[in-house]
Amino acid sequence: MLRDITIGQYYPADSVIHKLDPRTKLFATLLFVISLFTFRSWAGLALATVFLAVLIRLSKVPLRYMVKGLRAIVVILLITALFNLFLTPGKVLVEWWIFSISYEGLISAGKMTVRLIFLILGTSVVTLTTTPNALTDGLEKALRPLNAIRIPVHEVAMMMSIALRFIPILVEETDKIMKAQIARGADFESGNLIKKAKNMVPLLVPLFISAFRRANDLALAMEARCYHGGKGRTKMKPLQYRRRDAVVYGLVLVYFAGMIAVRILL
Amino acid sequence: MNFIEARRLVHEYIRRDEEGNVESIQTALDHVDLDIEPGKFVAVLGHNGSGKSTFAKHLNVLLTPTEGTLWVDGKDAADEENLWEIRKNAGMVFQNPDNQIIASVVEEDVGFGPENIGVPTPEILKRVDQSLKSVGMSEYRTHSPNKLSGGQKQRVAIAGVMAMEPKCIVLDEPTAMLDPNGRREVLSAVQRLNEEKGVTIILITHYMEEVVDADQVFVMDQGKVVMEGTPREIFSQVETLKQYRLDVPQITLLADELRKAGLAVPKGILTRQELVDVLCRLY
Repeated sequence: MLRDITIGQYYPADSVIHKLDPRTKLFATLLFVISLFTFRSWAGLALATVFLAVLIRLSKVPLRYMVKGLRAIVVILLITALFNLFLTPGKVLVEWWIFSISYEGLISAGKMTVRLIFLILGTSVVTLTTTPNALTDGLEKALRPLNAIRIPVHEVAMMMSIALRFIPILVEETDKIMKAQIARGADFESGNLIKKAKNMVPLLVPLFISAFRRANDLALAMEARCYHGGKGRTKMKPLQYRRRDAVVYGLVLVYFAGMIAVRILL
Repeated sequence: MNFIEARRLVHEYIRRDEEGNVESIQTALDHVDLDIEPGKFVAVLGHNGSGKSTFAKHLNVLLTPTEGTLWVDGKDAADEENLWEIRKNAGMVFQNPDNQIIASVVEEDVGFGPENIGVPTPEILKRVDQSLKSVGMSEYRTHSPNKLSGGQKQRVAIAGVMAMEPKCIVLDEPTAMLDPNGRREVLSAVQRLNEEKGVTIILITHYMEEVVDADQVFVMDQGKVVMEGTPREIFSQVETLKQYRLDVPQITLLADELRKAGLAVPKGILTRQELVDVLCRLY
């Protein structure tokens, strides 16, 4: 399951979406997420579907690759869908013992599932088409005003980009430790929840130790390469808005306006 | 002027308990005197715990001397003001390739050093190009480091240091975690940098095979420099090296055994070719 997480996994390709300024993409994601959760009508969802489909098509990332990322949230999806399905009051369709499925429940479960899937797909379009460094660069620049209230924006952005870089490494390591412990008779599968949690200890302890060791090494390596915070730092690829960014800002706003129109009119 | 000058360099790791009282002192460097000329390929050999890594960290001012002095490129390492200048001029490559690559794309990692020292943008791009080319990694420019082999990752790390245009690169056991192929890749990249760009190379290692081509070899044991000379001079003393728990290259060992068995094989044979030549002449 761990291998399926595609968050923070850059997919190199040559597409319009790849070339966009990360700030543009962040802004678009923000509006897309807001639009998903504020406009609940079918027409709204249809519009979001079109928007998302166009994005995925433009990004040149194979759909299969994106859907893989969904596997990691199947459990969450199921739980939300089930809660919606059984706990929404309304016109009862099926009733059995203490469970009852209402028409409204069915609808809202369906919509919720679609929305969550769109949420993950929409955000993974951004993470797959943007290098983590560009992403954090974008965040850093977009949030720069926060420096005024003493939030160390550069440092936070740096931490995020390093965290992203180390996700695949730590995942691989978890896998390795797991296998090593299984080889020595550790059991991660059986037992109830509490037992399972307890069984994770021989996995977590070595993982943490190794993570700290890595952090220490990395800090040394960064210092050795003259890292001393954001002061006096230049950029290899400074962010610069281009024509296409303006166009995309426009399109996203049109999409959002469309959503509002759908909500008011229908 | 020597690039590195260490005079009676001492470093102690002091362990303190909760009240700040000294619990134990471990002397990692014990009055080390050492000179390295610019443009040379120098190897520092030593068994685990010999102090060689501690010495390497001094060259980049990741550690500062407890006693004694160290000049790097004519600058006193104990002076805080020289810190960034020294780090810029003496780049460092570490053992674990994964733990020193900070970016998720090769070229961004190579650009990290120049970004830190405030190099203007167009210049950074130029330097990234050149340093990737100098280690033969240009075609992996936009790849993720996670998908590279150990040797390739280590070459990226070397490119990252090269992009800061240092006068010297210190490599602290750069091949310890690599397979024989990766080891060869890294060493030949380092050798090329030394020959073509004239970068001073200080290779810290415990693999004797790697130092055969060095200009000068230092052997450390228990914090002291115990041997010094060309690889040939060092490797002709097989027994002394064994005493410092270092393994002599197989070929040298074989030549030594042959000599002990009564053949007229000279001391300090380093490569297979040399041994073949000598044996052919004998018969």
